[in-house]
Amino acid sequence: MNKPLRRIAIFCGLLVLTLLLRDNWLQYVKADSLADSKYNRRVTIARYSVPRGDIIVDGSPITGSKEMDTSGLNDLKYKRTYKDGPMWAPVTGYASQAFGATQLESVDDKILTGNDDRLFFRNTLDMITGKPKQGGNVVTTLNAAAQKAAYNGLKGHGKGAVVALEPSTGKILALASYPSYDPSSFAGMSDSDAKAWQKLQKDNDPDDPMLNRALRETYPPGSTFKVVTAAAALENGLYTSADQPTNSPDPWIMPGTVTPLANEGSIPCKNATMRVALKYSCNTVFGKIGADLGQDKMLSEAEKFGFNSEQFTPVRANASNFSKDMNASQVALSSIGQFNTAATPLQMAMVASAVANDGKLMQPYMVDKLQSPNLDTLEQTEPKELSRPLSSKNAQILQSMMETVVKDGTGTNAQIPGVTVGGKTGTAQHGVNNSEKPYAWFISYAKLPDGSSPVAVAVVVEDEAADRQDISGGGLAAPIAKNVMEAVINSRK
Amino acid sequence: MSSTTNTSTHHTSTIGAIGAPSRRNTELALLVFAVAIPVFAYANVGLAINNEVPSGLLSYGLGLGLLAGVAHLVVRKFAPYADPLLLPLATLLNGLGLVVIWRLDQSKLLQSLPNYFQAAPRQLLYTALGIALFVVVLLFLKDHRVLQRYTYISMFCALVLLILPLVPGLGANIYGAKIWINIPGLGSLQPGEFAKIVLAVFFAGYLMVKRDALALASRRFMGLYLPRGRDLGPILVVWALSILILIFETDLGTSLLFFGMFVIMLYVATERTSWIVFGLLMSAAGAVGVASFEPHIQTRVQAWLNPLREYKLSREVTHDGIVHSDQLQQALWAFGSGGTLGTGLGQGHSDLIRFAANSDFILATFGEELGLAGIMAILLIYGLIVERGVRTALAARDPFGKLLAVGLSGAFALQVFVVAGGVMGLIPLTGMTMPFLAYGGSSVLANWALIGILIRISDTARRPAPAPVTNPDAEMTQVVRP
Repeated sequence: MNKPLRRIAIFCGLLVLTLLLRDNWLQYVKADSLADSKYNRRVTIARYSVPRGDIIVDGSPITGSKEMDTSGLNDLKYKRTYKDGPMWAPVTGYASQAFGATQLESVDDKILTGNDDRLFFRNTLDMITGKPKQGGNVVTTLNAAAQKAAYNGLKGHGKGAVVALEPSTGKILALASYPSYDPSSFAGMSDSDAKAWQKLQKDNDPDDPMLNRALRETYPPGSTFKVVTAAAALENGLYTSADQPTNSPDPWIMPGTVTPLANEGSIPCKNATMRVALKYSCNTVFGKIGADLGQDKMLSEAEKFGFNSEQFTPVRANASNFSKDMNASQVALSSIGQFNTAATPLQMAMVASAVANDGKLMQPYMVDKLQSPNLDTLEQTEPKELSRPLSSKNAQILQSMMETVVKDGTGTNAQIPGVTVGGKTGTAQHGVNNSEKPYAWFISYAKLPDGSSPVAVAVVVEDEAADRQDISGGGLAAPIAKNVMEAVINSRK
Repeated sequence: MSSTTNTSTHHTSTIGAIGAPSRRNTELALLVFAVAIPVFAYANVGLAINNEVPSGLLSYGLGLGLLAGVAHLVVRKFAPYADPLLLPLATLLNGLGLVVIWRLDQSKLLQSLPNYFQAAPRQLLYTALGIALFVVVLLFLKDHRVLQRYTYISMFCALVLLILPLVPGLGANIYGAKIWINIPGLGSLQPGEFAKIVLAVFFAGYLMVKRDALALASRRFMGLYLPRGRDLGPILVVWALSILILIFETDLGTSLLFFGMFVIMLYVATERTSWIVFGLLMSAAGAVGVASFEPHIQTRVQAWLNPLREYKLSREVTHDGIVHSDQLQQALWAFGSGGTLGTGLGQGHSDLIRFAANSDFILATFGEELGLAGIMAILLIYGLIVERGVRTALAARDPFGKLLAVGLSGAFALQVFVVAGGVMGLIPLTGMTMPFLAYGGSSVLANWALIGILIRISDTARRPAPAPVTNPDAEMTQVVRP
């Protein structure tokens, strides 16, 4: 009977082997995805078991942690608190015991909870020495003064968003969205937290305060897109200087149609130079440039500026859109920021920033470094070049055009004494037959006397209350951009 | 084994009677570890949860040490040649199980459940009773072949044990499986655990007598030896029995266990591979057949195929009349969250499994708190117990002993596979418990008795041959040689 016995021994061995393999599958291969499953309660418990690390702006935390009563069944020891919650919400996102976490709170959750693999050694050491575990910090690139200027500027004008970048690095200096919400109000798991959460949902609040307009909403960019079109004209050699007359009839009938493309008011657009066309915001000139260049060249230039791809700052920003498969008239409309062209405020700030940085587009980012609980740097974000939409020469031509806009064009409201400002206004129509209130846009950058450019801004305002004539980028958005730029320049002194 | 081969190859040798070393000191040394490791684990849990060495550490250590010591002394006296690994391995598992049960007793979440009670003291009592039963087995079962006399009585007992949970007023339906009986004043009992041993005795006795008839009288058909119709009888009866368990007690695990054990023993007795083929075909047919109309089994299969869906359903109000349980998904999360090295004892959240966290699902706590490393160690310990059991079967000199040892070890292996596989999501969940680790009196008692019987068989197997005259050829050769 020994031969079958040996086989049974092998069979039993195989049973155990199968279990061992399954266990390796579970606890090694699938371990992370199981451990990080959003339904796994341990994720929430870990998130709130230690004082959560802080999100830091200008050296001081904009978040905090509050110890909760855990004598009962409550297994979550700490609750998140926020300073100036509504102002910083587009940056921090929220970390709620009941409703999960988003944006920075979610992207860098492992650092903030102290569970990151890079903290493993330290945690082990703490365990041996009996020190309680702590979360690490996320140091942001933001500028508190600029953020404040942006948020307060929007506050007076209904809905909108502001993004400010440092052109030479891509650092995000301001990221404001209005209306906003206070993430502290639903950070816990009590009934009042649930009520606050319910009230903020889009179904209950048509203003959708929890939408991060700076990163997650795309608006038709209107005339601000003409900067991209001008860049395409220069890059493709259609025109080689700002002061060369363009071949632009006025009125101009869009190719393949009988419809003339209209200009706003009576402005000198016939065969205008690009400088003059940008100064007065001529639809005919830039529409025709787009149609002359054709869809492929426009698309390629727009994509070099970052259109049609999501950005990770590391918080995800929606992709801005420049359509493919358009006919010639649609290309012409797209080239003046209409038709299906849509951009996030971040995207338009990237456009201004690339022009200001002599044609080099830097990857926008808001996390400067990740710190361990004892403030050692775990990871430092290095500025990274994303693309080069313009040659340095063409960028300078475009700068001089944009500076004309602010000096004596539609953007005079953004002038700052002693600083060279370049910008472009935009008034984007939307809705069926342009029935809804247009969006007021302004994109700009500031250049110091030493030639360096500390800040580029994009502002979009959707103002329900203002009357239609007033909604011009120069009137509503430019003053906000000016305040943000001033705040950045002053904070550098 | 070595003593018998010695006498047959070295013809002049008669020293085989002195025999193999008894290995009792090895067992003692291993037992020291088997007691020390759980004591350290206990201290570890106390430090992790309450920041202090638990007050019961000394009494717990002494208690476990005393129980192990008594078991060892009894083995030393009454089964001196027994396998030295079985007792320490069982003690280690039992001790670790106690620690983790105590650890789960400390969970606030489990304490808030309506049917909470301090399980660790009871489990300690069961352990003491289990080791007492182990001692009784060794004291009264001087030779395992005695059991052969009770072949048909065993069959009767096994049937009674299996039917008991179905007796109205006695049986208890706990979460869909009717495998419990309530004994007023004593608590509940899982007779299936005992039936496992009694059935093994019956199968061994029966197959020993019938093996030749089953093995030889067969026709060859397509490379398989088909048994005669009347020899098919017993396998059909056992098959029907396990199907009936499946239907009436809705217990997939037990029926799989019994049928698997029978097929293993039948295969060993007849050395016919065809029995395995039949066995697999019949168990597959039975399982699929019953699953097609038994909603409880279907629910289990659904939960196994899509545990996350089951988790979500358990969070909602459903009107399908099925109790949705998030336990499997919770167990999988526990395993995953443990990762390679685990969170450390007392620092996991396996109490999220809630009901049966310390019995059917106890392995998940080990998985979370001791990690992949801990589970692999525990599975290897189970593997070692099984392989020592099969080794005992190999070494046994009598067919009854061989069959009984392989039956018990095979059943043990199947049980470990079915429970661990179920908790780890490898196969559908069944209502059985991890031997020695899980909370449960029946399980602890029955498994200590099982180890006792294996130790008895291994003692008989390794005991030196009683007299030098076992091999008459050797004697004759000796005379002829100068």
